[in-house]
Amino acid sequence: MELPGDLRFTASHEWVRVNDDGSVTIGISEHAQEQLGDLVYVETPEMDMSCDAEEGIAVVESVKAASDIYSPIKGKIIDCNGALTDNPELINSDPYGDGWIFTLMPDNPEDIEHLMGPDDYQAMTESES
Amino acid sequence: MTHSNFVHRHIGPSLADQSKMLDALGVDDIQSLINEVVPSNIKSDDPLALSAGVDEAVALQELAAIASRNVINKSLLGQGYYACHLPSVIKRNVLENPSWYTAYTPYQPEIAQGRLEVLFNFQTLITELTALPMANASLLDEGTAAAEAMALAHRALRGKRNTLLVASDCHAQTIDILHTRAAPLGITVTAVAADQLTTRINTQADDVFGVLIQYPGTDGDIGEPATIAAAAKDIGAVVIAAADLLALTLLSPPGEWGADIAIGSAQRFGVPMGFGGPHAAYMATTDKHKRNLPGRLIGQSITVNGEPAYRLALQTREQHIRREKATSNICTAQALLAIIATLYACYHGPKGLQSIALGIRHKLDRLAATLKQHGIDIAQQDWFDTLYLPVADADEVLASANKAGYNVRKRDATTIVLSFDETTSINDVANIAGVLTGVNVTKESLAQVPDRQASADRPVSYLSQACFHDYMSETEMMRYLRKLANKDLALDTAMIPLGSCTMKLNAASEMMPVSWPEFTDIHPFAPKEQSEGYRMMISDLERMLCACTGYDAVSLQPNAGSQGEYAGLLAIKAYHESRDESHRNVCLIPSSAHGTNPASAQMAGLDVVVVACDEQGNVDVADLQKKIDEHKANIAAIMITYPSTHGVFEAGVRDVCERVHAAGGQVYIDGANLNAMVGTAQPGKFGGDVSHLNLHKTFCIPHGGGGPGVGPIGVGKHLAPFLPGHRELGDATGAVSAAPWGSAMILPITWMYIRMMGAQGLQDATQVAVLSANYIAHRLSPAFPILYRGEKGRVAHECIIDTRPLKDEMGITVDDIAKRLMDYGFHAPTMSFPVAGTLMIEPTESESLAEVDRFCDAMLAIHAEAVKVKEGVWPSDDNPLANSPHTAAALISDDWSHAYTRQEAAYPSGDTDGKYWPAVGRIDNVYGDKHLICSCPPLSDYASDRT
Repeated sequence: MELPGDLRFTASHEWVRVNDDGSVTIGISEHAQEQLGDLVYVETPEMDMSCDAEEGIAVVESVKAASDIYSPIKGKIIDCNGALTDNPELINSDPYGDGWIFTLMPDNPEDIEHLMGPDDYQAMTESES
Repeated sequence: MTHSNFVHRHIGPSLADQSKMLDALGVDDIQSLINEVVPSNIKSDDPLALSAGVDEAVALQELAAIASRNVINKSLLGQGYYACHLPSVIKRNVLENPSWYTAYTPYQPEIAQGRLEVLFNFQTLITELTALPMANASLLDEGTAAAEAMALAHRALRGKRNTLLVASDCHAQTIDILHTRAAPLGITVTAVAADQLTTRINTQADDVFGVLIQYPGTDGDIGEPATIAAAAKDIGAVVIAAADLLALTLLSPPGEWGADIAIGSAQRFGVPMGFGGPHAAYMATTDKHKRNLPGRLIGQSITVNGEPAYRLALQTREQHIRREKATSNICTAQALLAIIATLYACYHGPKGLQSIALGIRHKLDRLAATLKQHGIDIAQQDWFDTLYLPVADADEVLASANKAGYNVRKRDATTIVLSFDETTSINDVANIAGVLTGVNVTKESLAQVPDRQASADRPVSYLSQACFHDYMSETEMMRYLRKLANKDLALDTAMIPLGSCTMKLNAASEMMPVSWPEFTDIHPFAPKEQSEGYRMMISDLERMLCACTGYDAVSLQPNAGSQGEYAGLLAIKAYHESRDESHRNVCLIPSSAHGTNPASAQMAGLDVVVVACDEQGNVDVADLQKKIDEHKANIAAIMITYPSTHGVFEAGVRDVCERVHAAGGQVYIDGANLNAMVGTAQPGKFGGDVSHLNLHKTFCIPHGGGGPGVGPIGVGKHLAPFLPGHRELGDATGAVSAAPWGSAMILPITWMYIRMMGAQGLQDATQVAVLSANYIAHRLSPAFPILYRGEKGRVAHECIIDTRPLKDEMGITVDDIAKRLMDYGFHAPTMSFPVAGTLMIEPTESESLAEVDRFCDAMLAIHAEAVKVKEGVWPSDDNPLANSPHTAAALISDDWSHAYTRQEAAYPSGDTDGKYWPAVGRIDNVYGDKHLICSCPPLSDYASDRT
């Protein structure tokens, strides 16, 4: 499966996209949504909250599994995807697009450099399965 | 040794059948099989230190003699426990009916619609009376419900504030449990007089995350909860009300005066006091907190046929999925008791309930007026059922009340408190007035007072739903109960081969004493000399359980396995603290552990470190040693299950225990699988420092459709000082349950079982349980790989069969198999635990060879059906597996267009006699969790829909 080339990934299966204003948008990977199955609930972070790297700040739930979503980097939440409240299945149908979960403004933009590129992530998921 | 006749009633396979099963396994005798199964370095061949078993008639006589030493006074002790009348139609058709009490937790909802409907109505009952929109079904007792509410509130503020303010007129046992549960979480519980709460809230505004008030207070005050709630809201704290359900039929409900959470006990809705339990507690909350509700939640969804159906909702909150991140460690609920409480409400209806409450208050009004006439000064402003009174000498009043046959409570040297209930008669009022005034009072000479109506705050606008109106005639109620029971598959229908759940016989003789007044009608805090019979039975039982496990002391207080785990871990922590090693905070848990283990460890303030399992499913000793070396000085404990959750006696268990002991840690052995060990190995002897025992698994307490459970812990001598204590017993250690002996009323079940089986019978039972599991593994292995076996190729008392190949090769899921078993008239085995996509089968010793064979035949037939799908005889999307279960309605529909016949759908084994019909088709889980409906809307909602 082709991964969007402009994304970075974490070992806990979040993806990160850098926006023009320097903010970053975060969601979960195609692989992660497949593992979870039909999502029934998403808890987005509180607006304006500050978070550390690897802090669990959102939750996605299917009927059989629940998974914390970790902030990939330190920063402040500036936007959340309100559409997920009524349509959590957007994450299943369009994980890299309409299924985005939140946007944060990084404290240190260079933190993003430490995240995996698409090839490394692909290799990691293949070695896991 | 001679057997009592009971042993042959309890153990299903006859000796001749056991020989056949042994022949099939190629083993000479049952002892040889046990030698292959149980590692020799833990095996114990000594007979258990118990008497020989006796027949049921003798055991009942012996227990009756013990019970007769209890003294039944009329209880005015209150504090959350009240006498009540259990309507006979409910007692006979539910409490004493195996269709209800032998069912399991409704994990397979298609064959559990009867009890799910009532539990759904329980949630409706609670939401209506509390005026809060979401309620669960149910919690273990009021004290632990308060602790769960505390944890919820603490989480709601993300742990940023750490003080819970508690009105000091909350029930004392509730405050004690809050202290126990708060300490490991870093929470401070501060008790403050109710009239000082508002001030205190404001002075401590930056650290208070929650405020708990009792409504009405333990001494009877109704107080001004709205003022307190408003002050708490102002500082952003969560308001928790511990509310009496019967009082709520008269008083303004918590949801209307600002409570965010209401908790309490449903005991007085028809459930006997039973010396403390079991009783159902409830929790209700606002929409905002619904995803953090602990415990079981019943939701309404739809089936593939489009019919409405009930199921367990939002299971992702629970410990079996969230593990150490779960909202709570609670697993078992109090289903049977919640069901009884709901049916009590259905039987009386809203007006009936309110009239009971009015009757109680009116009698208390008359007592108060009479006492005033006699010059007794009553400072209390208002009351529902409880009054505190000044007296010259409380002890003297208690003595004279006792002489007249009443128990009243001493608050302090010159104050007594008394609570009325549904059973208080006008003669009782006169007698009590006589005791308090010292003059003769008759019912004719009691003061007359005007009838007070329900407060204007609470007109009977609640419980308008049809179920609280349609079953008030006994005929209708009796038929309703039969209709519901018919929908459910319980042990009175078929084998329930749930691995790790031990669904064995719950014999009628074991159940009978539960209904004896000597056991039902005692308040948990009754004077000691009135409960001599209970205390004898309890100390007998403690001795019996020590004999079975090899431990030195037992606490019967924990109300479920989860509570036992928690109590056991607290004992370990306290032990380390006593040795100045309070830094030990790491709890090692194998990856195969049940989710309650990490959830309990988290609640006990321990850090969970996961230990890997090897390919055989055993604890990976290399990884264990690595984790021990990493955390050496900080190891508090390891929690292992034995035999393992993989259904195997791990040969290395002694080594595992020794390594942890060498590092200074304690060994917690989860007793969920004790049914494989009674009389074959003793956890207290091969390395365990503490274990919980599930009396509702190994020792015959029925599962009640999802509770009650009883989870006592056994400990070695060195941990005995740290067992749970209770204020009523004058102990120094904290309580984990509201009552000193938890669910005392159902302990006679286990006493009867052990007394009737005796040492030899218990050992025989274990051996046959192991034989049956190995026989099933043998019969099924040609079709389904057995996932884990011990060193000699044998399983323990259960086996995991791998159904994943069917998924890979034929597209048949483990769900399909589970649902198809319903068409064959069986409850599915445990699904996807501990390995996703597999089934874990535990037959227990009670299932006959005929039933075990019937089950194996069904499993093999299902495999053959799957092969037909693979071969293309049936399409992968239209076959009897994918479409199961089949309801009668689906079968008789005019447009049967499936690729298989109706016959193949409904009577796959060809057996048409006594066919069990699933009540509904397969339920849509995703729909249910997306469209959460957890209570029945009031009639007014329907009316407004129409306009």
